[in-house]
Amino acid sequence: MEKLHLHYDVEGNDFIAAGEASGQVKRALRQLGIDFEVIRRCAICMYEGEINMVVHADGGTADVMVEKDKVTIILEDRGPGISDMELAMQEGYSTASQDVRELGFGAGMGLPNMKKYSDSLEINSEVGKGTKVTMVIHIPG
Amino acid sequence: MRIQRVREVLDASVLCGEELLDREILSACAADLMSDVLAYVKTEALLLTGLTNTQVIHTADMMDINCIVFVRGKMPSQELIEYGRKHDMVLLSTPHKMYYASGLLYNAGLGACR
Repeated sequence: MEKLHLHYDVEGNDFIAAGEASGQVKRALRQLGIDFEVIRRCAICMYEGEINMVVHADGGTADVMVEKDKVTIILEDRGPGISDMELAMQEGYSTASQDVRELGFGAGMGLPNMKKYSDSLEINSEVGKGTKVTMVIHIPG
Repeated sequence: MRIQRVREVLDASVLCGEELLDREILSACAADLMSDVLAYVKTEALLLTGLTNTQVIHTADMMDINCIVFVRGKMPSQELIEYGRKHDMVLLSTPHKMYYASGLLYNAGLGACR
């Protein structure tokens, strides 16, 4: 049974606000009394994904579903899509602009971090149409 | 190590969180790349950085980092300081460069995030 469903519209190119939805998710998970390490992993996955949507895709939507045994994070955008998935997953590869690098991101760590901290990561992307990222983090019983 | 001791070791000025200096810090990391912070930092750590934009606060918030030291005398904007205050963080500014500041803290007994 779903305990909580959070929905956010993430603005594109708003580098100052980028990360606010992730902060709200983290606080909501904490209020539910979820395990500290699970919250940390969700926060990292959501934040990297949110940054990606802001800097690459002109924003999008974020949905977070909390169930008894897992947290599912779905990030969906109508951005340019990912043309070479293998390359995008490679640590150190990035197409981010200098502006993004000056924020402390854009070093090709976003997707690898999302993979590292989620239990499953699924990316459906179509060039010119957008990208849908689904991440699941299990809550140990 | 208490943040008060960090402040003394680094000759740092307190930008916000004066009332929280007795908090205990277990380890530290130094980075300008926020994705590295997200990848490696453990809990109750302190962050040394040369970046002064809001993503530093967001990143710290995600990782439960409640003390940030800006190196090389960098001063974030008043807006960022208020943002840090809102997130219950201690923000410090040290005149020392990142490598030297890290060395000072390490010598004083504060270990790295492992």
